[in-house]
Amino acid sequence: MRRAALAALLSHWRRQPLQLFTLLAGLALATALWSAVQAINGEARRSYDSAAATLGISGYASLTDPAGPIPIATYAALRRGGWTVTPVVEGRVLRGEIRLNVVGVEPLTAPDGLLPVGLGSETGAAPLDVLRPPGLGFVAPETADDLAGIADLPRLITDPAIPPGRMFTDVGTADALLGKAGTIDRLLILPDQPANRPPLETLAPGLTEVPPQDQGDIARLTDSFHLNLTAFGLLSFAVGLFIVHGAIGLAFEQRRPMFRTLRALGLPARTLLGLLLGEVMLLALLAGGIGIGLGYLIAGALLPDVAATLRGLYGAQVRGVLAFDPLWALAGLGIAQLGALIAAAHGLETVRRMPLLASAQPRAWATVSARALRRQALAGAALVAAGVAVALLADGLIAGFALLGGLLLGAALILPRLLAAALGLGARLARGPLAQWFWADTRQQLPGLSLALMSLMLALATNIGVSTMVSSFRLTFTGWLDQRLVSDLYVTARSEEDARALRAWLAPRSDAVLPIWKVDTPLQGAPGEVYGIVDHRVYRDLWPLLNATPDTWPAVYENRGALVNEQLARREDLSPGDTLSLGGGWEMPVAGVYSDYGNPIGQAVVGLPALLDRHPDVSKLRYGILTSDPTTLRRALVEDYGLPEANLIDHGRLKATSLQIFERTFTVTGALNVLTLSVAGFAILTALLTLSTMRLPQLAPIWALGLTRRRLARLEILRTLALAALTFVVALPVGLLLAWCLLAVVNVEAFGWRLPMFVFPLQWAALLGLSLVAAAIAAALPTRKLASTAPSQFLKVFADER
Amino acid sequence: MNAKSSAVALFSLLPMLAGPAVSQGFAGLGTDAEGFSRPSLGTDLSFPKDHGAHPDFRIEWWYLTANLSASDGRDYGIQWTLFRSAVAPETGTPTEGWQSPQIWMGHAGLTTPDAHFSAERLARGGIGQAGVLAAPFEAWIDDWRMAATGDGADEFDALSLTASGPDFSYDLTLTATGPLVPHGDAGYSVKSPQGQASYYYSQPFYEIAGHLSLPDGDVEVTGHGWLDREWSSQPLSETQDGWDWISLHFDGGAKLMGFRLRDREGAPFTSATWIDPDGTPTPYGNGALTLTPLEETETSAATVPTVWQVEMPGRDLDVRLEAINPQAWMATSFPYWEGPVRVTGSHPGRGYLEMTGYGD
Amino acid sequence: MRIEATGLTKTYTTGDGRLPVLTDVSLALAPGETLALTGESGSGKSTLLHLLATLDTPDAGSIHLDGTEITSLDDAGRAAVRRDRIGLVFQQFNLIPSLTVSGNLDFQARLAGRHDPAWSATLAKRLGLADLLDRYPEQLSGGQQQRVAVGRALAVRPSVVLADEPTGNLDESTAATVLGLILELVAETGASLLLVTHSEHLAGRLGRRVHLSGGRLS
Repeated sequence: MRRAALAALLSHWRRQPLQLFTLLAGLALATALWSAVQAINGEARRSYDSAAATLGISGYASLTDPAGPIPIATYAALRRGGWTVTPVVEGRVLRGEIRLNVVGVEPLTAPDGLLPVGLGSETGAAPLDVLRPPGLGFVAPETADDLAGIADLPRLITDPAIPPGRMFTDVGTADALLGKAGTIDRLLILPDQPANRPPLETLAPGLTEVPPQDQGDIARLTDSFHLNLTAFGLLSFAVGLFIVHGAIGLAFEQRRPMFRTLRALGLPARTLLGLLLGEVMLLALLAGGIGIGLGYLIAGALLPDVAATLRGLYGAQVRGVLAFDPLWALAGLGIAQLGALIAAAHGLETVRRMPLLASAQPRAWATVSARALRRQALAGAALVAAGVAVALLADGLIAGFALLGGLLLGAALILPRLLAAALGLGARLARGPLAQWFWADTRQQLPGLSLALMSLMLALATNIGVSTMVSSFRLTFTGWLDQRLVSDLYVTARSEEDARALRAWLAPRSDAVLPIWKVDTPLQGAPGEVYGIVDHRVYRDLWPLLNATPDTWPAVYENRGALVNEQLARREDLSPGDTLSLGGGWEMPVAGVYSDYGNPIGQAVVGLPALLDRHPDVSKLRYGILTSDPTTLRRALVEDYGLPEANLIDHGRLKATSLQIFERTFTVTGALNVLTLSVAGFAILTALLTLSTMRLPQLAPIWALGLTRRRLARLEILRTLALAALTFVVALPVGLLLAWCLLAVVNVEAFGWRLPMFVFPLQWAALLGLSLVAAAIAAALPTRKLASTAPSQFLKVFADER
Repeated sequence: MNAKSSAVALFSLLPMLAGPAVSQGFAGLGTDAEGFSRPSLGTDLSFPKDHGAHPDFRIEWWYLTANLSASDGRDYGIQWTLFRSAVAPETGTPTEGWQSPQIWMGHAGLTTPDAHFSAERLARGGIGQAGVLAAPFEAWIDDWRMAATGDGADEFDALSLTASGPDFSYDLTLTATGPLVPHGDAGYSVKSPQGQASYYYSQPFYEIAGHLSLPDGDVEVTGHGWLDREWSSQPLSETQDGWDWISLHFDGGAKLMGFRLRDREGAPFTSATWIDPDGTPTPYGNGALTLTPLEETETSAATVPTVWQVEMPGRDLDVRLEAINPQAWMATSFPYWEGPVRVTGSHPGRGYLEMTGYGD
Repeated sequence: MRIEATGLTKTYTTGDGRLPVLTDVSLALAPGETLALTGESGSGKSTLLHLLATLDTPDAGSIHLDGTEITSLDDAGRAAVRRDRIGLVFQQFNLIPSLTVSGNLDFQARLAGRHDPAWSATLAKRLGLADLLDRYPEQLSGGQQQRVAVGRALAVRPSVVLADEPTGNLDESTAATVLGLILELVAETGASLLLVTHSEHLAGRLGRRVHLSGGRLS
């Protein structure tokens, strides 16, 4: 019996292939976008983890000898004294046309993360070849191409994670290449030093310790990006579910007579329900499988951009290729099942409660009365209010997302009522019978289209919200880079003595040398750092202050006040005039608050004299240099002054690279935007196709009364465009609210800083254009069908036999 | 795989520590000793020169194990090992600097009845980070050190010993109460029926005192130690995939060294040296000693026999060895079992057991 | 002649082959004349009406409306004829559900640019719709809906009213009332009326009747 009943139920889909396609495509698209975002996030997180685990050379504190290179004997003495240090030799060597930047590490004592990993069987090199002449050199593929055929090099192994122009190799191989004659440039100090090792002065007097370079500021910024990817995935999924809900609802309605017959023939209601549930799950399995495949393709297509971002940001080794994770696939299938069940819940509930002798006549699909519209709008308003209430009453990320969810879903529910009102207004204002009919009839169409329009609204609002956030983010980030990277070159001296020499050397060759001296000290009792700055206009000009008074800069330079970063100000509720505790009984009034995106810890900036007064022993090795010609100065620093490359950072180039990387990051967002919009467009298409079969009786009288089919078709397109435009008008404020939520609520809750919001009307215009094009494309197919419908089809409407 | 783990893989070619998978993985280093010196029968050992390194041989080690006890009777065991391996033959004056083909590896172990600690150090030769000098004797890697203290006729007669790991360290003094003991034929020790061999001698007569630092606190200990010296260029034969080795201190003052090389395709190869209390060695060839596993223990890495029956009919020896801590796996880059045992039966005493080739 | 149809032939192609519906049908309708077209189900009555209403085109033959040949007009031309000169009443009423009674009444007239508020008001009054002008079709009974359809057809002051079983969905007394109204108003406007019905009784109330059987007139 079950088999026969199931066959009868499934036969519906054979007769309604379009409906089946709609259902599968909707669910598959929803699953695909969700899964793609999950896959990208997962892969990126794995990369972050490995990036965090594998500090680059600059991530370690190190020992250098200001007087010159370090003898191997000093290294051995330190090791024998219990210091776990590992040697690095570095330098440049000219090979052919290539100036190769060679970095030699000692594989037996270096931490695993420092070593290249490209020693798979495919390279054909035995691992121990690293230690055997002629050695192995790890280079970027393009560098290997440049070096092809050049003699007097170690055997080259390519590794795309290595920056071009650089070669990683064994310390012995590097020593031979660079002619170091058994000397070391610096010794990295590994974490986990034994507790009671002898002091440095007794083992290796003359060496100075250089602190590790800060990492991870920019890494934190990407958290926000991933949060938004997740929100995108969720919204795309919701939009997809609207499609599925529509398709399943229609299928259930159309099969009402069949349900009645099956039950009349003795199929228990419970069994019927079970069969329908099974059918839904079967379809979800199929759609989920397709969705996972699609999602994998989408993620694979988008991942290289994310990977390039990470590679550029961290120099971390990131796989640009997606690893297939069975767990991820299972999760995708699960979410498809869950989505299908949510979408089918209403239909299943209706079947469960359907009395045996219920009308077998299919109700007009989704005919919604004005009262129902009002009820739905009230529910929407309640959702919005609930979201706002949660955000007001509770703190935390969840509250932020509750606000987002309430806002979006609520706005979607209110949309049909708003559209109905707008169309009613249109009808009242319309002159001429066609215009009146147009508005009135559009309003009548609303119930059938409302699900699709709701999904379009969600897609548009998300689009506006996310692109506003991304663009605001980009503007802010640019400003932040300008603020943080005020100097053209950053140098780290090898010792205090070297620092003095360097300052003297730089004085006639640069516009300014700005000390970057900081101490790690508790701020308001929590870990923090204090920087000292000199009085220079670049700070006044470039540092954007969030909270300032006219006295802010004078107070800092007269050592009467401290600037604090936004995170600290928010966490400790500080504003100008409050007292800041800087550890060790040091207190200062807060003079102003500055934005400090990405920094996880509290930070304060004071005048340099104030810092030196409290911390005379602060490390005085790091400087920012202002110069009009960074390239020349950089070369001179290396070639004339003799500063190692590693002690120099060209932040001009870093900034350009960072921006370029972020642009590339945004392309991912853009692609997801387009995909979400496509899903919404598809929702409109399916809704219109479904409606078009029911439109004939409504259009035939108009045709009979003297309108051509072509004109009717034009009006149908116009109707869809009008609805899309009206939906856009509603979506715009919702999207801006969404952006505001993301910037001012979610970001603050998640990261402790608030991004300022900027609006981009040109983007809206582009989006409006895009949504109209999407709507027109969606309307084109059913309208073409209408324009070419044979008059006989229309005539059937009038035929007696109907 | 990076160079560090491959250096460890290289060490696993040492006969004592060989695993079949690894020895096949590096066929170039397999059974071929091209360019390296080979042990030859009838070569006299010469001290103190042979206490030092033999860079013309591929592999070599200084291997100390000790059965210790605290004043409360609690048993402890320690291990201190320095391995040397050459990635290329080196004859004549040893190469100084990064280009030296020598690689050094240190292992330190400390076993208590309920815990086992281990640590590992790696260093390249030629730069002073690790090495061995014959006279005055000193063997070191980083801050681990085994060195002569200047007392006694032989460089090995009095030694100081230190090593540390993240959660343990020890500092011990060793005093020899007997002579050096050559194994096999005056130090020429055969390892397989095919004739693979090594130079092998021991100083099994150490009285030891010192202290151990453990997470729970410091412990003063005393006991017996056994230092092995061995060098060769030939790894195990291709079909030998593991090794069970024992060094036993009997209460009567006699000692026994024995090993069993397990063969995938045939009977195990055994060898033993009986050492009288005055140090007189009696070598025994293949078959004289039998080692029979009695009970196995499932450890973190593999299932290994931790109770053994040891029989030597020629000496009326029939004893049972029982691990003091069956979980004595060395959590080093390649794992093996190394720990103290209690000896009961015809000849009660203490000793050390090492088992390799049981993991993957 | 108001309508002069000559030699109309229409054949439908179905799955079972070609099905002749009308064969060489000729028909004339004088101004002000009322004509009942009767016949069995499937005799071709509706098809003939559709041809005359320019909703469909014949395979052969010609139709002149007020002297203009209408079968050869293009889509737009035929639509204009329907809009300006023909009033249509269907069995299913076929009102526009999104418009009120008043919107439906005026719709065609305004489409044709011939909206006459006074005439509309008269029609509404005569048809008993004056109190229902703001209602929507779904809120009306069948008889009320058909009266709206009649009003819509006459509001444009057509040359000819074509009615296809206009009372087929109504009970007997309502049917009589509606037919009475049609006849009255047609007479007042001077339009000609072609009414398709299978009811002998109704046919008897019209000025002339023709019978269609097997696609031929008799």
